Formats: sequence, C-alpha cells, structure tokens
Amino acid sequence: MDLTGLSLTTITLFIPMIGLAILLFMNGETQRDNIKWVAFGTSIVAFVASVLMWVNFDPSVAELQMVQRNTWAEVSLGESVINISYFVGVDGISLLLVLLTTFIMPIAILGSFGSNIFEERGREKLYYIFMMLLEWSMIGVFVIHDLIIFYVFWEVTLVPMYFLIGIWGAEERIYAAVKFFLYTMAGSILMLIAILYVGNKSGTFSTYSAAGDVGVIEMVQTYEGEGSYWDPVPDEEEDAGFLLSSVESFLFLGFLVAFAIKVPIFPFHSWLPDAHVQAPTAGSVILAGVLLKMGTYGIVRFNLTMFPEAAVAWAPTIAFLGVVGIIYGAWVSYAQDNVKKLVAYSSVSHLGFVVLGIFALNSQGLQGATLQMVNHGISTGGLFLIVGMLYERWHTKEMADYGGIWKMMPAFGAISLVISLSSMGLPGLNGFIGEFTILMGSLGSEYLGFAFTLFATLGVIMAAVYLLKMFQHVFMGEHDNPLSDETRYKLQWNEIAAFIPILIMIFWIGIQPIVFFNMLDMSVDSIVALFLP
Amino acid sequence: MFETPTIADFLAQSNLASTLPGTLLVLWTLILVLVDLFLPEERQRWTPILACVGLGISFVANLFVYSPAESEQIALYGMFVADAFTGFLNVVILVATLIAILMSWDYLNRADIHRGEYYVLALLSSAGAMFMVGANDLIIIFVALELLSIPLYILAAFRSIKNDGSDLALKSEESGMKYFILGAFSSAFLVFGSALVYGATGTTNIPEIFSLASAIAGSVSSAAFYLIIGAALLFVGLGFKVAVVPFHMWTPDVYEGAPTPVTAFMSVTAKIGGFAAMLRLLVSGLAALVIVDGEPVAWQATVSLVAVLTLVLGNFVAISQRNLKRMLAYSSIAHAGYILVAVAATGTTGVADAATQSALVYMLAYMFTNLGAFAVVMSIEREDGSGGNIEDITGLARSRPLMAMAMTIFMLSLTGIPLTAGFVGKFMVFASAVQAGLFGLAIIGVLTSVVSAFYYMRVVVNMYLRDSSGDLQPALETSAVRWAINIALAGTVIFGVFYPLATNLVSSVSIT
Repeated sequence: MDLTGLSLTTITLFIPMIGLAILLFMNGETQRDNIKWVAFGTSIVAFVASVLMWVNFDPSVAELQMVQRNTWAEVSLGESVINISYFVGVDGISLLLVLLTTFIMPIAILGSFGSNIFEERGREKLYYIFMMLLEWSMIGVFVIHDLIIFYVFWEVTLVPMYFLIGIWGAEERIYAAVKFFLYTMAGSILMLIAILYVGNKSGTFSTYSAAGDVGVIEMVQTYEGEGSYWDPVPDEEEDAGFLLSSVESFLFLGFLVAFAIKVPIFPFHSWLPDAHVQAPTAGSVILAGVLLKMGTYGIVRFNLTMFPEAAVAWAPTIAFLGVVGIIYGAWVSYAQDNVKKLVAYSSVSHLGFVVLGIFALNSQGLQGATLQMVNHGISTGGLFLIVGMLYERWHTKEMADYGGIWKMMPAFGAISLVISLSSMGLPGLNGFIGEFTILMGSLGSEYLGFAFTLFATLGVIMAAVYLLKMFQHVFMGEHDNPLSDETRYKLQWNEIAAFIPILIMIFWIGIQPIVFFNMLDMSVDSIVALFLP
Repeated sequence: MFETPTIADFLAQSNLASTLPGTLLVLWTLILVLVDLFLPEERQRWTPILACVGLGISFVANLFVYSPAESEQIALYGMFVADAFTGFLNVVILVATLIAILMSWDYLNRADIHRGEYYVLALLSSAGAMFMVGANDLIIIFVALELLSIPLYILAAFRSIKNDGSDLALKSEESGMKYFILGAFSSAFLVFGSALVYGATGTTNIPEIFSLASAIAGSVSSAAFYLIIGAALLFVGLGFKVAVVPFHMWTPDVYEGAPTPVTAFMSVTAKIGGFAAMLRLLVSGLAALVIVDGEPVAWQATVSLVAVLTLVLGNFVAISQRNLKRMLAYSSIAHAGYILVAVAATGTTGVADAATQSALVYMLAYMFTNLGAFAVVMSIEREDGSGGNIEDITGLARSRPLMAMAMTIFMLSLTGIPLTAGFVGKFMVFASAVQAGLFGLAIIGVLTSVVSAFYYMRVVVNMYLRDSSGDLQPALETSAVRWAINIALAGTVIFGVFYPLATNLVSSVSIT
C-alpha cells in the first residue's frame, strides 16, 4: 500500500478503528473495567488528532486541506472507466464538524460510565465497539469527497446506531430502532441512484478537483454552453418547468430527501422523537450532537455546490419547510409531558433554523447555519445528558414526577440552567450567535422574503417558553420525590467531567465567535460565490 | 455424408483441454461412485472428503484453462466456449459446491441419512452448472440443464429415503416431486423454444444464430415470427429455473421441503446456471431481437417488467413468512429480480458488457451470502425439523454470539448495506441500470431493497434485541458447518470491504 500521501485527515479518521481493533481482542468479562477506558482513551486521541488538524489548518485558503487521494477501484461503465477514489480532506466546514464529532464522543462515552443500562442489558464490550464504529463512520461522512465512499460511510452510520437504540434503549426500543433504520435507509437509497447518475454523466465520483482530475463541482461551475451542465438542452420556459421537469431538479431532490430525513426537515421528522426517546443517553447525545448534522452538512456540501440552479429554485420551498419546522417543533415541544420528548422536538425546531440559514444562500446565513450546527450539538447534547442523569436517579421521564431538584443538587441545577439558556439563545452564550447570524442572513437574502425572518424570530421566543417550562417543572418548586439513596444527590466525577467541556464551549463560542467564523470564512465564501447575482 | 474424422482432427475440433474443469469433475464423480461402493461403513466420511478433492482438481484445471492471458477458446465443435465468463462462474459454482458439501456432511449425519450417493449427485449437478455457463449451443444448454436439474430432483427428495413417515420425509418427498414435475414442464418450454429458433435460423449454435438473427428479425416473414416466439419460450423455460415471477410458484414449497443444504445449493447453482444461459442467449445470441438500430426494443421492456414483478412480489411476500427457509426462498426470488435488472440493462447499446459484469458480481456476492445464511439456519434447526422459525432464533446473540454476528452480516449483505459483498453487487447492478437509462427500474430496485431491509432486520431484531425466556440452545452443529459459515463470512466481508477485488475479477468478461 502506498502510504506516501498519508494525511492527518486519514490518521484522524482511522484512530477509532484502532480502538475498535483493540476492543475486539479484549475479553468482555475479565477485562470489563478496562474496556471503557480503551474506548474513552481512543476518543480522546481522536480529539487530539482533530485539534492538531485545526492547528495545521490555514483559514486563508478556500481549497481542501490535508488532502489524500488514492484510486480505490475502477468501475467500467460501457466504454468509459470511472474511478472511485479514497479522497479525504477538510475545509472549514468539514473541520468544524470533525471537531464537533471528536468533541462529543468522549463526552458521550463519559456519560455512559457506570450507567445502569449495563446492569440491565450487559454486553458492555459490544456497546463500546459500536461507539467506535459510529465515530469512525461519522468522521468519514465529514471528510470524504468521493460520492460512492461518502455513501458507504453514510449508510454504515445506520448500523451501530440501530444496535445502540435496539439493544440498550428503553421499553419501545425495537419499534424505534426498526423505524429509524427503515426511515433513514429509504431516504438515502434514492441518493444512490442520484449518485450513480452524477457519476455516469460526469465521469467521476470526486466532488472536488484534485491532482489534475476535475471534480463534479468544477465541471458544473465551468460549464459554458447552452442550458446548464445537467440540462444541456436549453429550456424555453425555464422558470415554469424547471422545478418539476429538469434533470438537475430531480438530482437535487434525490440528494435532498436523504439529507432531509436525517436532519429532519419538517414532514420527515416522525422517526426522530421515537429514536431520541428510546435511545440510551449516549445514543441521544450522539444522535442530536452529530448524526443530525450529517443531513445539514450534506445539503451544504453536495446540494448547494453540485446543483446551484436547483438550490436557488427550491430555496423558498425548503426554507419555508424549515420555518414550519421551527414553529411546529417548538409548539409540539411545549405540549410534551415527557422531558426527553420535549428535548427531542426542540431539535426539530433548532434544526429548522439551520435549514433556513442554509437556504438563505448568502454568507451570513451559511456561516450562521454551520456554527449553529455546532451550537445545537453542544447544547442539545448537554440537555440530553441532563435528562439522562435525571433518569439514572429517578427512573422516570415524566416532568410531573420531578420538582425542586435545584434545591437538592445546586451545582447540577446551575449547570442545567446555563445549558438551557444557551439552547434558547441568550446573548453571551453560543446559541445566540448562531441564531442571530442566521436571522441576519435570512433577512438579507436575495431569495427569501421578510416573512421568513419574522416567523423564525417567533421560534426564538417559543424556545424560551418551552425550555423555561421544562426548567420550572423539573428544577423549581417542591421536591416531593426524594431519592432513597442520599448519596445519589451528589454528581459523580464522570458526570462533572462530561459537563465541564460543554460549559467551556458554550461560553467560548458565545464570547469569542470570531475564532470559529474565521475558520469558516473562505470555505463559505467559495460556496456562496455560486449564488452571487 | 459422414466422414470419419482423424484423431488429430478430432482433438483439434473438440479441444477437450478447455472443457477440462467440467469433464474432470464428471470423471472424478464416476470414479467416486465406484469408490463409495467399496468403502467400509466406518470410513463413510471419505466420500465427502474425496468429493472436495474432486472440486479441488476441477479448480486447479480451471486456473490452467482460464489464465487471464488466454482469450476465448471454442471447444466441442463449437458447442462450448471457454472464456472469462465461463471461468469466473466455474469458480463461483465450485466454491458454492464446497460450502454445500461442508453443510451436507453435518446435516446428513444429524438426520441419519448418510449415503455416499448424495455427494455424487451434488457433484454431477455442479458439473451440469459448469457446462451450462460455457454452453455455446442450444443443445448443450438443454443437456447441461438436465444434468444440473435431475440430480437436484433426487437431492430435494433425499430426506425421504429414511421412510419413517415423519412430516419431514413427506415434505421432502413432496418437494422433490414438485420440483421434478415443474422442472420437466419448464424443460419442455426450453426444448420447444430451441426447436422454433432452429426452425427460424437453421442452426442451434449461438454465434451463428447471432449472425443470422438480425436479417431474420428485420424481415417480415414467418421465420421472424418463429424466432420471436422461440426466444420467448426459451426465456420462459430459463425463467422457471431461476424462479422469476410469474414462474416462481414452485420455489417456496420446494425450498422449504428439501433438506436445508440442498436448498442452499440449488438456490445458488440453479440460478447461476439459468442466468448464465439467459445472458448468453440474450447478449451473444439474440442481440438482434434486443437492439434494433441501436435502440432497445420491446424485449428490454419485457425483461424489465418481469424484473419489477419479481422484485415486488419476492420482497413483499417475504415479509409475511415466519419460517426462515421460506423467507429465504422468497428473498431468493427477489434476488433473481436484481439479477434480472442487470439482464434488462444488457439491452441498451454499449452497456451489455458492464451489465453482464455486474450480474456476475451480484451472483458472486449472492452465492457467499445466501449459502452463509442457509448454513446458519441449518445449524439452529433441530433433528425433528423444528427450530427453523423466526421465533427460534430469539436470543441467539447470547447463546451463540459468533453465529449471531455472522448471521447479522449475512442479513446486512442481503439488504445491501455497504462494507458487505451484497452492497458491491447491488451497486454494480444499479450502476449498469442507470447507465442503460432504466431509471424507473433502478428506483424500484432500491425501494424494494428498503422493503427487504424490514424482514432481514427482523432476524437481527430477534437475535440481538429480544431475549429468549427459555434455556439457551446447545450447539448442535459440527465443525464442518462452522467452516462453511466461516468461508461464506470471509467471502462476504472480503469482497465487501475490498471493493476492487470483485470488479477486477470480472473486468475482462465480455460476451458480446
């Protein structure tokens, strides 16, 4: 094997695989205590590697960095031969999401230390193996720039998540796991057809140009001739027929449906509450923290760059669905009595902002959306951790069963307050930065009207309503459901360790967002350049 | 009229050397019959070992005949063609037979029906499949098909030799009988179709049919009519063998009743033989019917329609099956549908080679995965035939974790999840369908594989997500079947992870 082109991206990508290999050779019974440390250690090493990537990253360059590209296989399609290549590299958007992944993983693993799911269901080794597999495939989704290999990683994320929900989940876990698997697979498999069409048409599966080979995006951008790249025959009544009859529009939808189900954008969200509520705590944290971002990332990375005309044509529709998601998610969230379901629906609402920001199709909207992906990962991940810790102690998810917890666990209450406030977008914390930039973007968008911003702003207010409701019911009032074991009122060391990095990030992004915006500047500009009039 | 050929002339024309993989296997089998007669009772296990040696010999011969540098060789007076297509499928058939024999050794002992003839019949059947994939003449197709099928009829009824009146013996007898009657029926279609094609073109040789067909198909004459009817009948006859809708009715009963290793074996080899002949006929022989003036015609639409019916029916009916063997039977119908997608794609100009290659990769992936799944089902079956229902694998992850893991990977591969061989096969097939412009077919193909995910995942759900309340099952299987599972698992994973392996193996295949 040729290792000369080995890049830091590859190393980061395969660190979880090394951890997985070590875990495979450990004995699940006799070395039970060491297993979690191996998994945790691996995730920390992966985090360090991704921080090294950040150190090496040059934010003044728009192109992919730390690139590695090796031809992996050749597919002969008739007379032409198409290369499938192992093509990794990061730009600002990818890097930020890789950092998010490697940041969330150790927290999720710490959060599952000593969890009572292992007493009930056992199989601790298998659990951490799936965690490693999940981390590997999620990092892969964010760094791969070959459509086929991207699809491989995209589908592989399903398998560990399916098992995490199905084996270690709550009562309705089987229903939730099967629904999650089928729903997301149904969406993504149509993307395979679209990918095959793209490859067949352009003769390559690489999206970006590298090493002299022209990628799909460059072909689309540099196309000069009649019509567009995907629809070379000029359409006389272009505006009228474009949405429903052009090839580009179909390809756009082929990709979009896969991503929309993952996000989830409004009418495709019904798998999410089930999966979130039934998943074990770490599963929910990863699901909210990273997995949903794969959808929004995919839209930015593939839909916008490869099908810019269709993106413009569809922008109002999708942004409308995003706004509906904001309002609807918030509304349904407010109506929940189940605290985990409340947080789950809040994801629908928050991701609606991200979708709105993306389809503003300008620099602020896109930067805000990308940063908001990270913010949501941190805040909602944190909220799920809180819910998980409550459940470990009281074994209920009903809000009515809680109350007055702040009195008994003052530190925990304070932490929860900060995370809730960050999620509802209090200025000075991270959520505000993302939502504010998105709203700026949508207000200044060429393609969206004023009403989009107006209704989205309503969503910010509603977020405060449902999150404060949750906080009030759980943490304030009388404490009438005391624990039999007094010592459980104390936070455990691993719980504190999981919260500290979350709090640091909440304040860091809130106070010094410029660090992160700098990282995104050039990458976002190169995408937005497609939509400048 | 009849000249006596000289020996040298005979050797040159017959070119027996290039048929060696098949002929050696037949010869070995004939010797094995005699050896088996004289083997003492306590040395019974020699027969399967010798059968495996025969497979090995055939494999080595195959390596020599089909070294990649060689181009195609014609043998047996033009009736047999040894090209990359034949060579590749020969290997697939040999590996399938090896896995089936490993499974059988275990099964026959457990069921107490160990007879040496079993292995003889299995080897004959696989020799038939090997001749079928190299058939270059309608007559050879027929003869090879019978050589493939007749031993399978007997094998399907093999359980009934222990005539204890048990339900299993009866079902096995029913299975063999049903398979025989419908098999004979479909052979009649094949022969009648051959006769009509012969009537229209005056030859049974496939390349000659190819050179004549375009003139005949373009003309308005009774010959053109006979050619089309004949081709349709050939398709029907082969359609029975590979079990595509609407010629699939026999499949569930036969698959359920036959001894499990036989089911596994025939679900793979009979399909490979049938599809190979179908591809040869459509691509090498009757291309003129498929493509007129560079445009695909009604033929492609017909195959597409059959493919859609097969995909939809196979996948949807599989959902309601409780018996694992029956579920795998319907799933194998569905998989025939995916291969048919590739067959349909051969009908577009310039795609024929890519589509043929994709069909071959699919068959390779299907062979490993399906045999593996059947091997797992077999090892959890109990002697009285119970234990093959979907409830019976509940909690398998706890009682036998390695087997549950293998089964999970087989199920993921049958679904077509990446990093398994099944994905590579599906990917290739859909790529050729997209390239052929058959978008509707490709979309139905991927959507039905979501449906298939439902019933394959149910197996995984039962193994991992539910816990059995009863006692853990003791391991019944011997190491032979564990080897069968290991080989199948290795194939599924290696060809799945190392994607280029499969594509490189078939890259030189071209039967146009």
